[in-house]
Amino acid sequence: MLLLERRPVPSSLMRWASPLLALVLTIITGFVLFLVMGKDPVEGLKFFFITPVSDLSGLSELGLKMAPLLLCAAGLTVCYRARVWNIGAEGHFLMGALGASVMAIQLSESSGFWVLPLVLLTGVLAGMVWAAIAAGLKTHLHCNEILTTIMLNYIALNLLLFTVHGPLKDPFGFGFPQSVMFSDSALLPALIPGTRLHLGLAFGLLAAVAVWVLFARSFIGFQLNVVGQDHRAAEFAGFGVRRLTWFAFLIGGATAGLAGASEVTGPIGQLVPQVSPGYGYTAIIVVFLGRMNALGIVAASALLALTFIGGEMLQIAMHMPKAVTGLFQGLLLFYLLTCDAFIHYRIRRRKAALQPLSAAVTTASQEA
Amino acid sequence: MTSAIRLKLENIVKEYPGCRANDGIDLTVGAGEIHALLGENGAGKSTLMKVIYGVIQPDQGRIVWNGHEVRVDNPAQARRMGIGMVFQHFSLFETLTVAENIALSLPPDEARNRARLNQRIREVSERYGMALDPRRYVSTLSVGERQRVEIVRCLIQETTLLILDEPTSVLTPQEVSTLFATLRKLSKEGCSILFISHKLEEVRSLCHTATVLRQGRVSGDCQPADISANDIARLMVGDDTPISTQVTAAEPGATLIEIRGLGWKSKDPFGTSLSNVNLDLHKGEIVGIAGVAGNGQDELLKALSGEIRTGTGTITLDGVNIANLFPDQRRKLGVAIVPEERLGRGAVPDMSLADNALLTASGEGLVSRGLVRSGRVREFSREVIRRFGVRCTGENNTAGSLSGGNLQKYIIGREALQNPRLLVASHPTWGVDVGSAVAIHESLVRLRDEGASILLISEDLDELYQLCNRLGALCDGRLSPLAPTSELNIEQLGQWMAGEFESGEVAHAVA
Repeated sequence: MLLLERRPVPSSLMRWASPLLALVLTIITGFVLFLVMGKDPVEGLKFFFITPVSDLSGLSELGLKMAPLLLCAAGLTVCYRARVWNIGAEGHFLMGALGASVMAIQLSESSGFWVLPLVLLTGVLAGMVWAAIAAGLKTHLHCNEILTTIMLNYIALNLLLFTVHGPLKDPFGFGFPQSVMFSDSALLPALIPGTRLHLGLAFGLLAAVAVWVLFARSFIGFQLNVVGQDHRAAEFAGFGVRRLTWFAFLIGGATAGLAGASEVTGPIGQLVPQVSPGYGYTAIIVVFLGRMNALGIVAASALLALTFIGGEMLQIAMHMPKAVTGLFQGLLLFYLLTCDAFIHYRIRRRKAALQPLSAAVTTASQEA
Repeated sequence: MTSAIRLKLENIVKEYPGCRANDGIDLTVGAGEIHALLGENGAGKSTLMKVIYGVIQPDQGRIVWNGHEVRVDNPAQARRMGIGMVFQHFSLFETLTVAENIALSLPPDEARNRARLNQRIREVSERYGMALDPRRYVSTLSVGERQRVEIVRCLIQETTLLILDEPTSVLTPQEVSTLFATLRKLSKEGCSILFISHKLEEVRSLCHTATVLRQGRVSGDCQPADISANDIARLMVGDDTPISTQVTAAEPGATLIEIRGLGWKSKDPFGTSLSNVNLDLHKGEIVGIAGVAGNGQDELLKALSGEIRTGTGTITLDGVNIANLFPDQRRKLGVAIVPEERLGRGAVPDMSLADNALLTASGEGLVSRGLVRSGRVREFSREVIRRFGVRCTGENNTAGSLSGGNLQKYIIGREALQNPRLLVASHPTWGVDVGSAVAIHESLVRLRDEGASILLISEDLDELYQLCNRLGALCDGRLSPLAPTSELNIEQLGQWMAGEFESGEVAHAVA
């Protein structure tokens, strides 16, 4: 019989091997899935994982998808280190997109260097306001943040749908639910000319650096870690737990809000209902896959960005359903959580029932 | 083999990853014998008890019960054989009655007839002088009464070997003598008792024989009544560790802290509220607070640390009322706290010792403009390790990897190096090896001599009498009067621990 036994010390090898193991298991499962669906598995995996990144335009598309994931994940890392289980990056993201769009449309007649920063800042503030609601509900009314943030995600989505179908709808848009195109001064400049890759990726990388500095160097990062690892020690030390919870939420709201603002001012250039293919939710997988570590989330956001592009590739090349992206992401998270169990536990085979006693009797008789 | 030998253990070995908890232990308990099992924390006492009670299986060795070799697979089988155990932390349901709790551990057919069970509980408890009402809810019982429930539960199952794990640590001195009378009566009737303790005087007065463990091996067998407590302590700790501290007399100075009418209402129905606590602390003295666990010690500590703020009354430190300040603000004013739980409150288990220094010592120039000065943190941490003799491989060790005594030395050192004006320490030597306990006592006395006020909250009366120049007791959130240690006899203190005092107003009169 197999037993799950607690390790005396958590395995640090397993901590980093687990994401890789999860990736391998996901690929194996993907292989079997392709087989079952009657598709060529080697071909399928190649389209999913390799074709999208085989040229510059593919890579720039990868960077384009990485940017929002990385930004959202950076904020969520701050939350999750403090065990603030904020699932609301999607909502912060949508509110950031909405806020930035409102400002961009207001300023569509203006031009100047200040337009873009103002638009982005509005997005950041909108994300923070949305996060602040959940923060207040948690610190003052003890509402579970997992539930409130998920519910706020739906409210944000419907608010966005309402505005693009109503007040922000382009009057000359042939009735499509979308806003007017933003003016050029409200658009993010491209990072690599000729591609759609924009400044958002730089924001994402900066956010990752900021996360690194926060947790490797700063006292507030240390306090967040203590709150996450040992709530009672944090109270004993007098680290304001309530203040730190607010801090984590607001950072999470700000980065996801910036991600949303960068998305509408970047590749899209207007507000549309499908502004997010679920970046805010995928960012949760990024954080756990990246081990809540700055470098880790950069790598994980690249991988998860690949699942979006790979999924699109499979739709086009092999006529697979859109759900394939979500399927791969789900498999990855599922296997990651499973493999993570082996950080703290190991499998041992239970010994046969009477063996120890008989062994002991023989040693005793030998001694006698 | 004679029938008078109830239990015989031969060469018991139990190995855990990285630690040989029992390394070839032999133990013999005769019928009707009260046998003490002595040893420091980590000596292997608990492991051995779990082997006997079937909680764990030994890797090697023989267990002979009444002349037959046996294998104890689980506690249920141990109970059927007649082995009963009372753990240090009771396993009772607070929301059930005494009878219901006892019924839970009986075979179904015996548990069903409740009237007969009630009758038996009354019989057994009266016979051994442990009055118990089977219909009362456990939540309404005192700690001593709860222990009786545990013991009666064992006796009802016709136990012939009763194992008690540190039974007196939760009792007042009066309750201890009642318990001992019961145990002596049981012993006369032929019930064997295995008594685990580290209180040597108790063992000397109660037990017929003693087995002393050190680092997983038997370091000696003795008749405790015949040899001195010092000799027993030597067997426990080995030759190279000091056994006790020489404490010089205190020279108290001016008043540092005045606590007036401190009260706090617990939101937890099973929690303890503080009511009208009055207390003065002088510079350069150690004041001890005795009391049975759960009588408001932790609440008092939290009210002083600032973890509890929304109460009534004032705490004046050098003329400043600090009752509404947060923990970090109080720390800046020179308040240092050593909480009862070393891991999970005093230190974060998975963080390094250096990071754990930063937990409370950030005010010592370890943080500048929001950034951690990791060089200084390491330096501070190494200083604590060096000056307080913390045994570890370096400041990168995690707090959780240190033994209790070493971690406690580190925590006390961390607070002491910040030159506190007031140090509140709760159970600083609980579960700590003798060598570390001596070191901890010495650092408290040193701090006192440097002019700090020290409030020592402890259940260990020997410790309180040794270190403090004034003593009081907490009972149900009320503080007794304080009296100079030299004028306070243990009976009086025991009465205070049981709540027999006029509340509040006299507390500072004696000071």
